[in-house]
Amino acid sequence: MSQWSAAPAPFHRRLLTVLGIDELGAYRVLRVADVETPEPRPGQFAMIAAAERWGGGEDERPYLPRAFSIARRRVGESHFLLEDVGPGTRRLCELREGDGMWALGPLGKGFAPPRPRHRAILVGGGVGIAPLAILQDALEAEAATDVTVLLGFRDGARAQGAALLHGAQVATDDGSVGHHGLLTELLSKELYEDSRAEVYACGPAPMLEAVRAMCATRDVPAQLALEAGMACGFGACYGCAVPKRGGGYLRVCVDGPVVDAAELDRVSEHAGAPS
Amino acid sequence: MSSDETILTDAGDAVEFCGLSLAHPVINGSGTFDAIAARRAFGPALERDFPFAAFVSKTITLSPRAGNPPPRLWETPGGLINSIGLPNKGLHAYIAEDLPRLAELGVPLITNVMGSSAEEFSALVSACDERSEIAAIELNVSCPNVETGLDIGADPKQLKQVVGAARASTRKPLIVKLTPNTANVPACAAAAQEGGADAVSLINTLRAMALSPGGERGRRPWLGGSTGGLSGPALRAVALAQVVGVAARVSIPIVGMGGVQRASHARDLLDAGATLVAVGTESFRDPAAAARVAAGLRAGRRSEAVFPTA
Repeated sequence: MSQWSAAPAPFHRRLLTVLGIDELGAYRVLRVADVETPEPRPGQFAMIAAAERWGGGEDERPYLPRAFSIARRRVGESHFLLEDVGPGTRRLCELREGDGMWALGPLGKGFAPPRPRHRAILVGGGVGIAPLAILQDALEAEAATDVTVLLGFRDGARAQGAALLHGAQVATDDGSVGHHGLLTELLSKELYEDSRAEVYACGPAPMLEAVRAMCATRDVPAQLALEAGMACGFGACYGCAVPKRGGGYLRVCVDGPVVDAAELDRVSEHAGAPS
Repeated sequence: MSSDETILTDAGDAVEFCGLSLAHPVINGSGTFDAIAARRAFGPALERDFPFAAFVSKTITLSPRAGNPPPRLWETPGGLINSIGLPNKGLHAYIAEDLPRLAELGVPLITNVMGSSAEEFSALVSACDERSEIAAIELNVSCPNVETGLDIGADPKQLKQVVGAARASTRKPLIVKLTPNTANVPACAAAAQEGGADAVSLINTLRAMALSPGGERGRRPWLGGSTGGLSGPALRAVALAQVVGVAARVSIPIVGMGGVQRASHARDLLDAGATLVAVGTESFRDPAAAARVAAGLRAGRRSEAVFPTA
């Protein structure tokens, strides 16, 4: 069960050393030496920033650290999945072996283990597949759960990211790899065949909303890993608000990033990963 | 260094502020640190290594507020625009639920309140006055008057009246958080002092805006609240100028803030006339930032003692 518990994060940002950065199609896997970090719960995240030249890039940004799911833990290492979508991710993609990186975490609420005798269906879109990799590791370590992995990407270069997990069925928007169409078409088929499942999803907001709606219709429990722009990651800034069911807002950083789909009426357009 | 010297040095960090004895001169800006959420994230280390010499609550209003619709943040060169909208659970729930937990932090607690009239401020301050857990009260006056529509803190006459009403409702130290979004900040500081304030704090965020990246529907304000407040290093020089201007005008103590990231920035504000400094946005980047600033001030003072500068 140690994979599913969450110890408090150290109360300060820590300077870690980059071990390497590996190409994975359109993505990069950033590996950092990290012996002190408490073992994260799958779905938890860290706030990360380059130690040098964080700022002074395009538009004199970045300034704030960026929230990234912890994609994987290996002995003494943490891995993050990057896609160059703006000044922060661009600078992180430039990091090389030996560079310094600030990290605060692990933060937030992670995934909960599946209900007994329920199959786990992991549904990931784009760079949002990251937390599903560490989740697959945790589920397989317990060996008591059947795991189905469904991943969707925009194109072939991004679909190479599917190698972060194993045994995945892939859908692409352009049909270059796997199923030509929507990820939710694969999910629909899986749930039709066996609906006694727990769905774990992370990806762009429209994908998450489609997954939420499908699971709600079929009465399938779903845990959604949300994303929102945030300044701090630990509940201080109140910037990462997303509307919750019944009015008011959740803070993605401390009430999530993983939320039970039943907590939302719908997934806000601002609550997903870059597509 | 001998232990005697250590004791002397540590005692030398202590600051007297409105009758409160603080261990060092670094506190937090209101709304930049949620100690209850931080306790969940960081565990007991939060209390053990608590970085602030006093803790300022987020703004509390009479009724609960959900806050502004997202998006609430926009990153700027060296800064951040926020349009959070002062979400809070309201005075009653704050006192019942949060106050007992904040009292466990082990530092003096300053409760920040906001109303839209003198009567509302008076009610908020009276309620705080009854609570022994609250050491001091800070008034957020960056709010439109419900009747006139003008920002209370932007108009010396209104400000003096509101501070006077609050003053009549408590004997606890009263801090007025000045707005920088007005033509004559020193005149507002003087009005706060005349109204009975024990201290002023500045600067609050600068009113700011960002437009959406574009799209078919044209460019609209990015933030859900339309305008927001700019904070971070981008406004450090503005803060310094306003602290200097206010220090020249009032005799009450000043809490200086605005873009403090390092001890040298805090030192600037203290040398400009502030008694305390607050760390705000930098705590978002590192929750222990204020501890770094306080330690840097201490080290700076030690090295000055050894190598006096002309």
